[in-house]
Amino acid sequence: MATVDLSPLEKDLLDITQRDFPLSPRPYATLARRLNVTEEAVLGAFRSLQTQGVVGRIGAVWAQGAVGSSCLAALKVPSARLEAVAATVNAHPEVNHNYERDHPWNLWFVVAARDEPAREAVLDAIAAETGLPLLRLPMEQGHHLDLGFAIDWSAPAAPVPVTVPIPVKEKRP
Amino acid sequence: MTDPLRTEAVLTDQALIAATEGGLPLSPTPYADIAARLGVSEAAVTDRLRAMLADGRIRRIGAVPNHYRLGYTANGMTVWDVADDRVMELGAAVGQLPFVSHCYLRPRVPGLWSYTLFAMVHGRSRTETDAHAATIRALLGDALRGGEILYSTRVLKKTGIRTAGRQPVKETS
Repeated sequence: MATVDLSPLEKDLLDITQRDFPLSPRPYATLARRLNVTEEAVLGAFRSLQTQGVVGRIGAVWAQGAVGSSCLAALKVPSARLEAVAATVNAHPEVNHNYERDHPWNLWFVVAARDEPAREAVLDAIAAETGLPLLRLPMEQGHHLDLGFAIDWSAPAAPVPVTVPIPVKEKRP
Repeated sequence: MTDPLRTEAVLTDQALIAATEGGLPLSPTPYADIAARLGVSEAAVTDRLRAMLADGRIRRIGAVPNHYRLGYTANGMTVWDVADDRVMELGAAVGQLPFVSHCYLRPRVPGLWSYTLFAMVHGRSRTETDAHAATIRALLGDALRGGEILYSTRVLKKTGIRTAGRQPVKETS
């Protein structure tokens, strides 16, 4: 796997700005003062982070519910049907994430619609179109909601085996 | 080209979300740029963002990193069946762990799904992520009735929220 080689400034910016991007008129200048560099250096570092694909965007992370109504859902898909079912699910524009996971419930996706009835209508349609068992798991209570996480800059990146058994398995509902 | 008839009164949450969901511009004055686009004052934009942060509709403003590009390739969704009377307290503790980026409480689905506590865990290898899961397991202690890690094996769709009929923005997290 290709790993990125980040400058000290890029690392500092990643550490600081996952949580605390300034709401000041010149936020990059505010960060620059804090890090004792120029505003242009900060802007250049962010451009570099984006070019390298390390940062997708700088912006607001919206809470669920602030923008319509969303729900995590899962399907238990026979492996022979996975591609076709994934395409059926993805064809709905309200589906914004869809992952294959290493589990009998193997297709996990998020449906976001303007309100709860619209969301449920999409989920009903997916259940009907696929004819498969569908889990609906809306969020009940969030803790530590997408706050970013601490990046350990000292540890080397390691390649990942693609298929290993699911290591934690005590019971299955 | 500010339209004098478009005052701060028409800065709707939807308009602000649509204007910022692709990320803040990498210009020295990102909030002023967004305000100009919306035809409102810069203060209207930053005041609204501040208010939405305060009331929780915005979780955070910041850089959204691509964990994968940083070498965090073993991203597991850990799911736990925790005693109902302990899950709020323990969920909050799990959310505080540095390697947990998201932590949610979700409903049980009788006969299909018994795990209520979801924690997204990031590691540079499955060995590292498994060790993080073991830390959670130890923290949950005797309130724990079972748990699993669901590793994502493929991203089948990943787009940003769509609220205003705009093109989806690519999100990396």
